[in-house]
Formats: sequence, C-alpha cells, structure tokens
Amino acid sequence: MIQFQDVHKSFGAKPVLMGFTLAVPDGETMVIIGYSGTGKSVALKHVVGLLQPDAGDVIVDGRAVSTLERDALTALRREIGFVFQFAALFDSMSVFDNLALGLRRRDLTDDEIGERVREALALVDLTGTEDTFPAELSGGMRKRVGIARAIALRPRYILYDEPTTGLDPVTSAVIDQLMVRTREHLGVTGVVVTHDMRSAYTVGDRIAMLYEGKVRQVGTVAEIQETEDPVVRQFIEGRPA
Amino acid sequence: MIERIGRRTVDAIKAVGRFGQFMRDVAQAVPDIGVWGRLTLVQLRRVGVDSLPVALFIAAFTGVVLALQASYTFRNTVPLYFVGTLVGKTMMLELGPVLAGLALAGRVGASMAAELGTMRVTEQVDALETLAYDPNSFLVLPRVFAGTLMFPVIVALAIVTGIVTGWLASLALLDLSTQEFLKGLKLFYRFKDTWFGLFKSATFGFTITLVGCVVGLRTRGGAEGVGVSTTRAVVYSAVLLLVLDAFWALVLLR
Repeated sequence: MIQFQDVHKSFGAKPVLMGFTLAVPDGETMVIIGYSGTGKSVALKHVVGLLQPDAGDVIVDGRAVSTLERDALTALRREIGFVFQFAALFDSMSVFDNLALGLRRRDLTDDEIGERVREALALVDLTGTEDTFPAELSGGMRKRVGIARAIALRPRYILYDEPTTGLDPVTSAVIDQLMVRTREHLGVTGVVVTHDMRSAYTVGDRIAMLYEGKVRQVGTVAEIQETEDPVVRQFIEGRPA
Repeated sequence: MIERIGRRTVDAIKAVGRFGQFMRDVAQAVPDIGVWGRLTLVQLRRVGVDSLPVALFIAAFTGVVLALQASYTFRNTVPLYFVGTLVGKTMMLELGPVLAGLALAGRVGASMAAELGTMRVTEQVDALETLAYDPNSFLVLPRVFAGTLMFPVIVALAIVTGIVTGWLASLALLDLSTQEFLKGLKLFYRFKDTWFGLFKSATFGFTITLVGCVVGLRTRGGAEGVGVSTTRAVVYSAVLLLVLDAFWALVLLR
C-alpha cells in the first residue's frame, strides 16, 4: 500500500504540495489528475525517494520513504517500476540493455535476463527491437520500451508519469490498453499521473484530483464523472475558466 | 549591499555543504565495485585513448617552441646544451602536466558535464536511481577513477613527445648534437622531476573529472542548462587546475 501522508513540498518560495494525502491500496490503479504544474509528477517522485518532502511522508508498505537509509531505499526501489514522461531511455544503450540494466541488479543469470527482456518486449508488442537504439524509435515506441523496462522487473508497484502525453489518440489508446494489460497480467498496484481524461477513465480504478497542493476529490471513475464539485467538473470537461 | 554580501556568503556556505554531502555520497558508493569496476574500463579507454591525440599534438609543438626559445635566450651567454635542460625540466615539471591538463579540461571535463547534464535533464539519472543504481557508482566513480589513473599516463607520453620534438628541433634547427642535448637533459635531472609531474597530473585528472561530474549532475533546465554546465565545467576545471598547480609547487618544490 502506498500512502501519501500530509506531504508538503516547495521549490524555493513556490509551494507545490501543501498537505497532499492519499492512500493507494494494493491491487488498485489510482489515477492522479490535475492541471499542468500542480505537482502530480512531484508527488510521484516522492514514492521512490527522488524527491524529499519538506514535511509529511510517503509510506510504502509501512516504510517511511524519506527516512530510509541508502540500502533500504535501494531495496524499496527494486519493488517499484517507474515509467517516465519522456521514457528516459539510456541513449547509449540498445533496447535490450535498457531493459536488462535493472535486471542485472538482481540475482539472475544471463539466460534469465534474456528471457525476461523478451517476455517484457512481447507484452508491449515490440518483439525484435532488442538491438535498436532509442534514437531509432518513435515516441510511442519509446514509451512502450519505458513500460517494458518497468514491467521486466516484475515490480509490486508501477508508477506512470504522464504516459500518454504528446502521443496521438491511437497511440495513447495503445498505451492505455498496455497499462490495463500489465495490471491484469502482473496484478501490480499502479499510480498513474495524467491530465488525459480518456486515459484516466480507461486505466483507473479510482481517480484523485490534485488541486492547489491538496487532493480536491477522490473517487471511483463513476463518482468523478458525476461529480458536482465545480473545479473537478471544469477540469474533466476541459472547460476554460 | 550588506544584505547582498550576506546572501552571497550564505550561498557559498551552502555550496560547500552540498559539495561535502556529494563527496560523502561518492565515498559511500566505493564499496559498490561490481558496478563501477566494469564501467571504469570503458571510461579508461574514453579518457585515455580518445584524449591522447590532442595531448600529444600540443606537447609536440610545445617541445619545438621550447627548444627554439631556449636557444634564442641562451645564445652567446649560456652553453647551448642547456636547451636540453630547459626542454626536459619545463616539460616534466610544468608544461607537460599543465598544458595537457588544460587541453583535457576542455575535452574531458566538458564532455562529461555535457553527457551527465543531458542525462540529468532527460531524467536518465532519475531512471538509473529507480532501477536501484546509485548514480555515483554508475556515473561518477568510473569517470573519476579513469581520470585519476589515465591522466598521468597521458602526461607521461606528452612529456616524452615534447622532449623528443625538442631534441629533433635542436638537431634540425640549432647547432646542437644529440650528445649535447642529452648532456643538458641529464644535467640537473632528479627523479623528483618525474614523479612530481605525474603526481600533479593525477590530481589534475581527479579534479577535472570530479568537476565535470558535479557540474553535469547539477544541471537544471534543458539544452541551455546543458550549455551553461559545459562552459562552467571548463572554467571551473581550468581555474582549479591552475590553483592546484601553484599549490603543489608551494608544497612540494620549496
């Protein structure tokens, strides 16, 4: 279970998170929606200790992330797959090595690593791309490799940072299906940060709206679609202020 | 005015604190030899082999110029075999390490800052961390070890090249024989001349690569940030290299 407990985070004088509280039970896919620049990605990075909160904490399976020592944080990260907004693939490595890199930190033989890489690439429909380099891939393919890199680790949790941003509607739908398929195949708990409502409705079990540093509303897809909160309503309908 | 000085002082103290924290994190990564050991071999080739042509090119011309300038200075006042002394001493003690160091600050330091800066702004460094790698073991230690180990090798070859071209220039352009050049070269030679230059160049290698890594990993923003980091790495490395050069002269040559 992932719990954001009263997380506060500022960058210089600019407060971003101001008491962000949210619980993501095991097996659920939680979608965090909100306007650009409201701190959705910032919240996500706290889960893997890439950012430290000014106050409050993120608790993952009872472990307060900000208090973990180096080795304990490394152990936690082995349980979490992170899909970055622009995939963050290593330019100098082939697709195979991008996927194998994380696996080499585990006690796996070369054969097992190869097997896992091929399996993950098959799951994202990219079989045969092992020897290509990120620069040779389209934006959608890069995102799929990013997802494959996360699922190859067979994590307990997957965090998706804006997985469909910048993609055409068809490729976005492919990525959405992929996230759903990943949950069904691996049974992982997911947190998806997005402002793409179609994606949110497709992949989410519950949706939370982050607004002015706090959760404005959290509920099932149906509850959010029927909300009477004017701020949430305006956002999901995409109406200008 | 006072407020500005105060703010600058606080910023400077914070920067020192951040650097101390960075060095502590790097030290904590040292036991992770399984990660940095293999990658150091790759960096040894990149820092060493790839940097060699520029260092040797500079040393070759420096050797020729030193021989000609020495001959110009000594003519009619000092025996000409002192050309060998000046070429050898200057290449070993100063110009070999410093010129190669400055050239490599531009080549190696800038390239490391640009590479790591790009990795930082494209979230590749964050991705490494989420894959349970410590960026210090994966990125910093291999580069710093490679720089510290390879710079003395590059400088040794540069010194030899400078002396050889100085000797060839003396033969071809001055009225000097090989015996006279060697007599001058051996005249005031001490073993310290050799280890001083090589030790100094190891500290240059350590500094240049460390600065390249620190500045690269601190990059913020996009392409502009990478550009700023690259320039900053070269400037900081060059300044620190010259300060270090004076420091070692003060400590070891007095």
